[in-house]
Amino acid sequence: MNFEFSEEQLMIQQAARDYAQRELIKDVIQRDTTATFPTHHIKALAELGFMGMMVNPAWDGGGLDTVSYVLAMEELSKVDASVSVVVSVNNSLVCYGLDKYASASQKEKYLKPLASGKKIGAFLLSEPEAGSDATSQRTTAEDKGDYYLVNGTKNWITNASSASTYILIAQTDPSKKHKGITAFIVDKDSPGISLGPHEDKMGMRSSDTHSVMFNDVKVPKENRIGEEGFGFTFAMKVLEGGRIGIASQALGLASGALERATAYAKERKAFGTVIANHQAIAFKLADMAVKVENARNLCLKAAWLKDQGKPYGIASAMAKQYAADIAMEVTTEAVQIHGGYGYVREYHVERMMREAKLTQIYEGTSEVQKIIISRDLVK
Amino acid sequence: MKILVLIGNVPDTTTKIKFNADKTAFDAAGVQWIINPWDELALTRAMELKEAPGSSIESITVANVGRQETEATLRKALAIGADKAIRVDADAQDAFYVANQLAQIAGGFDLIFAGVEASDYNGAAVGGMLAELLGIQSVSAVSGLLVEGNSIKITREIEGGSQTVGVVTPVVAIVQKGIAKEPRIPAMRGIMMARSKPLEVVNPVATETRVSFVSFDLPPAKANCKKFTEEQGKELINALREEAKVL
Repeated sequence: MNFEFSEEQLMIQQAARDYAQRELIKDVIQRDTTATFPTHHIKALAELGFMGMMVNPAWDGGGLDTVSYVLAMEELSKVDASVSVVVSVNNSLVCYGLDKYASASQKEKYLKPLASGKKIGAFLLSEPEAGSDATSQRTTAEDKGDYYLVNGTKNWITNASSASTYILIAQTDPSKKHKGITAFIVDKDSPGISLGPHEDKMGMRSSDTHSVMFNDVKVPKENRIGEEGFGFTFAMKVLEGGRIGIASQALGLASGALERATAYAKERKAFGTVIANHQAIAFKLADMAVKVENARNLCLKAAWLKDQGKPYGIASAMAKQYAADIAMEVTTEAVQIHGGYGYVREYHVERMMREAKLTQIYEGTSEVQKIIISRDLVK
Repeated sequence: MKILVLIGNVPDTTTKIKFNADKTAFDAAGVQWIINPWDELALTRAMELKEAPGSSIESITVANVGRQETEATLRKALAIGADKAIRVDADAQDAFYVANQLAQIAGGFDLIFAGVEASDYNGAAVGGMLAELLGIQSVSAVSGLLVEGNSIKITREIEGGSQTVGVVTPVVAIVQKGIAKEPRIPAMRGIMMARSKPLEVVNPVATETRVSFVSFDLPPAKANCKKFTEEQGKELINALREEAKVL
């Protein structure tokens, strides 16, 4: 066993920390309040190479390992989870799927600008009536010879308006149910695509979320990823990796909240001493620290397994479920430790608590992760 | 034009400083090491000069005096964008010793950046000594530096304002805050390329040290803070006069 990070991994962690603590912190509260997309931050993070970290350098990615990705995601999420969700979706849902399953010509055309961050992508799986049950896809892609005709609605799409490229999951043969699902690359400006209003969310407010409507949208045949019927497997494989990204985001929310609560407890005085000296607060901090450390180890274990080419689906489900659930607990306790100050925006932890809630819901709810984990146990 | 940037390996600025039992040496256990902040700004400025359109900068070399464990700091400089690193394989002792070691590798460079001081021992002596040993000019208190063809224009902070001077090469520019806005964050690609860039290790030259450390002391613990309300002006004046004795 070796728990040491390499020099490069440490440098990547520090680079992400420096950017977050120096730049993201400046306007995170304002962007949350006004629900403004972090365009300039995404551009800067792209220049630093954070938008396609794990993509093969041949396709303009960073060629980094998943452990480095976890380290970077934690640091960015300590300060701004709205930014880190854009990073996570582009890296693990969009770039990873294309890097692994797209054809060379698709990679040349679509992956290169996404991996270098010149463009960003979105992943369109959820539907108004197909969230956790991703098998019930109602969006259809009808084979019309040299193109597919797409009709339907996708819901809760992160980066929907800021993305240029969509990865779309749709039904090509409804009679085959989930075996008739296919994945496509779709240009966002294709005629027939329209967006619903900007979702007014509880947290992650500066990431842009919309529903996306497809009305007789023509998607060229050459934009199909793999064969017809490969879409469900594709989506599940991509989500396996995506879970590591969101688990690391939840970890960052928890560890960031712990750092803030610890600093506050060492400064704030009550009954003649700093509140960190009161056992009620000290033990809260200890409980939070153990949870954060457990979550970090689960995230890193899943990432390590992926880097070793070993199966990591269960490990990533465990990391995602645990990190998300403890992110909710730890951020809530961080607000409690801050008392009244924790309930106002200036002290950040209330935002982190709102953001943590979403990590239990998106990219597979905590309950879905438990289905994955338990089915593997009893199979 | 070839640039050399001197790189100090110093404890992270948030390190809790401890000394050994007899207070004669810094206790380095558990310390995270970073590029000396002024040197990092100097390297950032060097990168900006190299990347400027029509730049005459051929290469940026970074150098330090230190043992193998300081190579991580040099590689960070390579990750930020330096082309080559040189490490003089010796413990950094007093300023004269360090300047002598650097003098053996600093010939042939047109512009040498030295941070005004290292953030650990605050010696503020190596840059000037190096220029003397090389027999070239040095400019201190540099807060801005422009390269125009082969000439160098330097802005210096002086009492009540600033001064701009032209200087011929080779020159040691002893830089302070302001030389670059913020230290550059290395890009992922730079980090991955750092190991493939040359890092040359040279042996030290024999040099007698001239200064020895006698003892270190931590500053006295901060006294408790006393707070006064807006209405307590008189009490505040009284406390400043009677207790703090600063009035």
